[in-house]
Amino acid sequence: MKTRHKRIALIAGGLAVLGVATALVLSAFQSNLLFFFTPTQVAAGEAPQERAFRVGGMVQTGSVRRVGDGLTVNFLITDTAKTIPVSYTGILPDLFSEGKGVVAQGKLGPDGLFRAQEVLAKHDENYMPREAQHALDQASKTSDATRSQYP
Amino acid sequence: MIPEIGHFALILTLFVALAQGGITLAGAARGNATWIGFARPAARAQFSLVAISFVLLMWSFIVKDFSVSYVAVNSNSQLPWFYRMAAVWGGHEGSLLLWLLMQTGWAYAVSLFSRQLPDVMVARVLGVLGLVTAGFLLFVLLTSNPFERLVPAPMEGMDLNPLLQDVGLIFHPPLLYMGYVGFSVVFAFAIAALLAGQLDSAWARWSRPWATAAWLFLTLGIALGSWWAYYELGWGGWWFWDPVENSSFVPWLVGTALIHSLAVTEKRASFKNWTVLLAISTFALSLLGAFLVRSGVLTSVHAFATDPRRGVFLLMLFAVVVGSSLLLFAIRAPKVGLGGRFELFSRESLLLVNNVLLAVAAGAVLLGTLYPLFIDALGMGKISVGPPYFNLVFVPLMVPALLLIAVGPVANWKRAKLRDVLKQLNLPLFVAVVAGVGVPFLYGRWSALVALGIALAAWIATAVVMGIFKRMRATRSGLLAQPRSWMGMHIAHLGMAVFVVGVTLVMGYETEQDIRMAPGQTVTAAGYELTFRGVRSELGANYAAQVGDIVLSRDGRQLRLMHPEKRNYFFSEMPMTEVAIDANGLRHLYVALGEPLADGAWSVRVHYKPFIDWIWIGCILMALGGLLAISDRRYRLKRREKRTAVIAQEAKA
Repeated sequence: MKTRHKRIALIAGGLAVLGVATALVLSAFQSNLLFFFTPTQVAAGEAPQERAFRVGGMVQTGSVRRVGDGLTVNFLITDTAKTIPVSYTGILPDLFSEGKGVVAQGKLGPDGLFRAQEVLAKHDENYMPREAQHALDQASKTSDATRSQYP
Repeated sequence: MIPEIGHFALILTLFVALAQGGITLAGAARGNATWIGFARPAARAQFSLVAISFVLLMWSFIVKDFSVSYVAVNSNSQLPWFYRMAAVWGGHEGSLLLWLLMQTGWAYAVSLFSRQLPDVMVARVLGVLGLVTAGFLLFVLLTSNPFERLVPAPMEGMDLNPLLQDVGLIFHPPLLYMGYVGFSVVFAFAIAALLAGQLDSAWARWSRPWATAAWLFLTLGIALGSWWAYYELGWGGWWFWDPVENSSFVPWLVGTALIHSLAVTEKRASFKNWTVLLAISTFALSLLGAFLVRSGVLTSVHAFATDPRRGVFLLMLFAVVVGSSLLLFAIRAPKVGLGGRFELFSRESLLLVNNVLLAVAAGAVLLGTLYPLFIDALGMGKISVGPPYFNLVFVPLMVPALLLIAVGPVANWKRAKLRDVLKQLNLPLFVAVVAGVGVPFLYGRWSALVALGIALAAWIATAVVMGIFKRMRATRSGLLAQPRSWMGMHIAHLGMAVFVVGVTLVMGYETEQDIRMAPGQTVTAAGYELTFRGVRSELGANYAAQVGDIVLSRDGRQLRLMHPEKRNYFFSEMPMTEVAIDANGLRHLYVALGEPLADGAWSVRVHYKPFIDWIWIGCILMALGGLLAISDRRYRLKRREKRTAVIAQEAKA
């Protein structure tokens, strides 16, 4: 085989690999992007119904309730302006507690209940999850009334 | 006074590093032997100075000097002494000091183990390393001084993050940094070669042991991090595709491509430009990883208190390093010859495909890691990319790479015959098919993915064993008489097979139960019974624990007691899960306490993880292979030849 043919074959092979990879990446990317919404956005109906997404804020004080066998937990996530009811079955992370930041990942049911498949809290008690902080900031920006409650 | 001396030593190092960078590079450019001779003593001085300041910081931790802000934030009088010592790198400032210690340590090692190199080359390499060190020193001195005082000094420290109070802290960061920083040596070799305009096989041979050394440390560091996360975070996962993990994994992927590409450059003088580009990229990606982890753009256990100045500085450092080295590359690359020619089917072309696959995989992981940050920075909303994306993209890319592991070593350089290669792969193919079909049946549940994974692992392992036997028979020599770099390659490939077995079986057959357990209640997992006896209180050095008693038994026969814990650390008031694991090399039973429920019952997490140990054993084998490769006689032989040549010359004179 001539050198030129060889080079063409190599380049074609490389391009084919790249093409397949790009196709893989893009299709996987599309179906696995998780969008984040604040409770205010969810209340306004901006969040999708069938697709999984993330919602974050603070666990409303006094809202955590265990139901049934004790493994299912219901609680409210608030950004101080709006709240969204969340249900989760399983073991919560160590740093999950009332009045602390939280991010839940799951799907919104037609009844308005957010069924979480995963609940994330920070690794360290001093910091808020970024997304939860973002939700609180958004809410305090839009409503001056709540600013006094939220330090 | 002691912290001030440490600080002063760092400032002094900066001047030495700058002087080394300037004087030796100028000396190399002008051929001034005196200036070139400055390289080695300067490397030694930098290492000594940084070591002094490192030991002094450690001393401040040991004597509990809470007037040093970093000590006060990251330790506590009740923290055990070994954690106080490891706490030196438990936070941002100290871990950068560790980084510097490694950086100057690598440079010192280069000055020691480079007798076989021309002095002017050593001067260039050490000069580049000096400049890199200076960049990091500026970063430390300007934004992250570990010796900063706290006035007035507090009586008590804030304690180390409980997640970090573990043996993992003692080993994981040093190993990982050794890897990250080690790639700066390969980078320096590449830049030195570009400066000299001498990209040849000799350059590749000099770089190879350093690249392999950095790679083996990075492999161990990542594996240890995975193991640590597995038992410490209490979720039972060994890899989360977390951005922080990814930022160490991307340099690993590119570094793996680099050590393969270096092999081609050394043996066949091909791929020279590509190898240089990989050497630059690997170090650049290490820097990018440091930026992502240290700047606070990512949230994770690794991100400490955020200071925007730090992120900006690191980004600038990254831009300067990448920009200047790519510029140099652009100027010099066209002059580099093409090197040895090769046919379409040859070991070179197979290694080229391996490189493309690894580079594409690294790119895909990088995309998934950086895209959410871009979107966030552009104010286009908050998104995240979950593990399903990475699995979907990564697995299909790695399948052909794993297939090629068995093919590459049996293909000839320059020109391979397809028929000969296929003939050597008959047996591996047979074993792969049998194992792929058989093993899932043994587990009782057939799955195509498990079959594929096991078949690939068997394919690689059989080819490795066959390769070793063939060579032993052909050379009529024992296992230990084989060239070490060649054995190293096979051991590392075998490690990959072991790793694939672990990943495949864990992902295919693990079980996970989150359940409520009342005292006396029994749960079964993979044929084992676990009986919950209840929870009692215990007091640790700096925490109070609730310790669960769980009896593990099989067919009514009691095997052992397991004690998962829930700890509350006094000073940070942070709850922590300590899991209990029963391991036998073939499976883990993993028990973690959740929360107390009514009537003495607890929520309990019970996992069954078949062959999970093999994931880390595979990584250890890969690192062992690397170690064998760098201990190869031929790297030392060169030195002896050179020395005898020098002696002969002196005798003549």
